[in-house]
Amino acid sequence: MSELKTAEQHNAPLTGKSELHEHPVDFNNYLRRCLFIFIAIVCATSLMIWISYLPEHYSWAEKVAMILAVAGANAFVVAGFLMHLISEKKMIYTLLVFTVFFVLGLFVLTICATQDFPTGTTFR
Amino acid sequence: MEAGTFRISKMEIPYAIQARPDTGLYNAKVGIWLFLASEVMLFGGLFSAYVLLRVGADQWPHGWLNVTLGTANTIILALSAITTLLAWVACKTGQFGKFKFFHACTLLCALTFLGIKSYEYHDKWIHYEIKLKDGTFADGHLVEKSPDFDLAKKTGTVTLHGRIVTDETLLYDLRAQKNVELKEVTVPTADIKQMENYGPWHNTYLALYFTLTGLHALHILGGSIVIGYIWGPGRRLWKKNPEQFTNRVEVSGLFWHFVDLVWIFLFPVLYLT
Repeated sequence: MSELKTAEQHNAPLTGKSELHEHPVDFNNYLRRCLFIFIAIVCATSLMIWISYLPEHYSWAEKVAMILAVAGANAFVVAGFLMHLISEKKMIYTLLVFTVFFVLGLFVLTICATQDFPTGTTFR
Repeated sequence: MEAGTFRISKMEIPYAIQARPDTGLYNAKVGIWLFLASEVMLFGGLFSAYVLLRVGADQWPHGWLNVTLGTANTIILALSAITTLLAWVACKTGQFGKFKFFHACTLLCALTFLGIKSYEYHDKWIHYEIKLKDGTFADGHLVEKSPDFDLAKKTGTVTLHGRIVTDETLLYDLRAQKNVELKEVTVPTADIKQMENYGPWHNTYLALYFTLTGLHALHILGGSIVIGYIWGPGRRLWKKNPEQFTNRVEVSGLFWHFVDLVWIFLFPVLYLT
């Protein structure tokens, strides 16, 4: 038998709450928060540009590491506050743990591949 | 019921509004997060390809892209992420007028982003590197080709706004070179050994640039279509079922934030490092 219910049936016995009524939201509060987030993103972007123009005595690897650290913090702000990841349900976190695991696996395999070339050949 | 007749009752997909008791989420939200997980794998694969190709490259271009335009696009996309969130909050608080305003702002930002990206693509498309028979290189933006220009027949001339260099490596690190003087250079076709614009075929860096930003731009385009639909014909749902409409806005917003997240890494990787 189908799991689908009629509209009448569906509206009657609710086992789960509507998320719309779960967290009361205040528009002005969000507006202020969004303003801070926007300023944070602009600052992070400016910082990345400034780092990229640092003098030559900073090595390329140091600059890349610093820029990616700032980009990571920037991404945390977007994911945490705009996508509400700092207060999400356990289901989403579980899904993301699997995603991170597979993405890291992908990167590790790539790094391993840089050292993996056919026997008898050399790497320039 | 009479034989041969069907009674179709109004069916409703469960948990389109209410949260499932086991996940605590409505179904579309689980769906979009699963989709975003697959997107992470897609872009993750491309980023790892970038790392692999960059580490293995003898030389890597610097300063080939316009940082000002890249920064403008970063700010525009951040602004659109904010307006998307505010559109959702407006729905949550029942302020449909504000929703329409903020979603229109998101669409405007998306179109501006695509406009700037198109300009950048065009700038690369008309940028040529010409290898001359004397071993030098003419590099710059195309000004004009003479009416009788034909590379195969070796007739006519081509004029670039750029410079002539003796060593090709000088064309790679533009950041390290200050006060490069550019002027109009006219090259007879008979002197040309090879002529190629800065398309994805030019080198590995541009292949990665066009692939990564092209895929990202397609996501912007797709997201814009969805947001445009919700803002336009899809807004009828607000009157019938505001909660489901709000959920649609949230789901499209999550996709949009992901697109912003990808750009947060694309910008430094391609423009700054």
